[in-house]
Amino acid sequence: MRDVIRMIVVLATLAAVSGFVLWGVKTGTAAKIEYQQLKFVKGPAIIEILQGCTNDPIVDRFKIKDGEIERSFYVGVFDGKANAVAYETFGKGFGGDIGVMVGVNLETDELLGMGVTTHAETPGLGSRAKDDPSFRAQFKGLSITEPMKVKPDGGQIDAVSGATITSRGVCQGVTDSAELYSRLKPQIIEQARTFAQ
Amino acid sequence: MAKTVVQEFTKGLWEEVPPFRLVLGLCPVLAVTKTVANGIGMGIATTFVLVCSNILVSVLRKIIPSQVRVPIFIIIIATFVVVVELVMQAVAYELFLLLGIFIPLIVVNCIILGRAEAFASKNGVLPSAADGLGMGIGFTISLGVLSAIREAFGSGTFSIPFPEQLAPLFGIDPVIQLFGPSFQPFTFMVEAPGAFVCLGLMLAVMNLFGKK
Repeated sequence: MRDVIRMIVVLATLAAVSGFVLWGVKTGTAAKIEYQQLKFVKGPAIIEILQGCTNDPIVDRFKIKDGEIERSFYVGVFDGKANAVAYETFGKGFGGDIGVMVGVNLETDELLGMGVTTHAETPGLGSRAKDDPSFRAQFKGLSITEPMKVKPDGGQIDAVSGATITSRGVCQGVTDSAELYSRLKPQIIEQARTFAQ
Repeated sequence: MAKTVVQEFTKGLWEEVPPFRLVLGLCPVLAVTKTVANGIGMGIATTFVLVCSNILVSVLRKIIPSQVRVPIFIIIIATFVVVVELVMQAVAYELFLLLGIFIPLIVVNCIILGRAEAFASKNGVLPSAADGLGMGIGFTISLGVLSAIREAFGSGTFSIPFPEQLAPLFGIDPVIQLFGPSFQPFTFMVEAPGAFVCLGLMLAVMNLFGKK
């Protein structure tokens, strides 16, 4: 009987200690891990879109509650003013959701650029929406108020050849982000202002 | 046990070098040794867990009831592995992306449980630490050598471990091309069967030199 109690006590104590240690390490590293994940998964797209900004957009981020969903916005500071944000929406592609990161100039409502973060498109075809700079460049400078469509649908974007569905998904994502922008613009501007240098 | 601490340390380097002499922990040995950077990274993570778990098991060896020793070893090892995983995500995220699934698998790496059971639970703290360190370094070197051979033949490159820190130090590319542009990669070597063949050949060579 004493053996049984001893076993239970030792095991339970060790498990509890282990739990506390892990809780400590987890809370200690959480902020850094979130930063690293953003940097490696979304970072390349954000940095390209907000090219030339003088801050680190991955550090200068804020969240806005949009109904049930919390959306992250990455602030770009140009000429000492926080006048650009990048944020992500999702469009439906050929192989699943496509993460579409857009950057918007808060003063002119112009698109600063578009980048694909995550996707499950066909390598070599749909994946070029992420890798082909000339496809992405078409979005630069467009006004976010006009709807984005590929040329076969009567729009202004040349689809990636062989990947019309992917291109359509990307346009859908950009259009969604425009809608989001018009809905949340006052909040975005208010929050972004706090990051001005 | 008349062995000194130094002997406990050095036996892991040649006499009982884990993947080749003990033939333990082959899962990561075969899976991550496609590039030198991965192999060394995995080796260092394993060494850390091995030393920490050996020390703790040795400290607690008088308290641990022998009937439940294995669950306790697993709790200790798993705790250290999760710590390594979290710290790696926070500090070296690129390495974490490469090693991915193999980090949690350190928990079931037989070297660590094997050393806890066979050595640390019967010996003092200092010899156990030396045993863990020696085994870990032996494991890391083995992974390094195996991955260097596989990477050289399979992709014709040598990738520096910890590229961000080490490459600028020596002023070299993080991935060195070993052969000229006409090199045709022997892709068999970077696939799983190549790992087995390579491991077998290294064992044979070690037997040739080591066994009387």
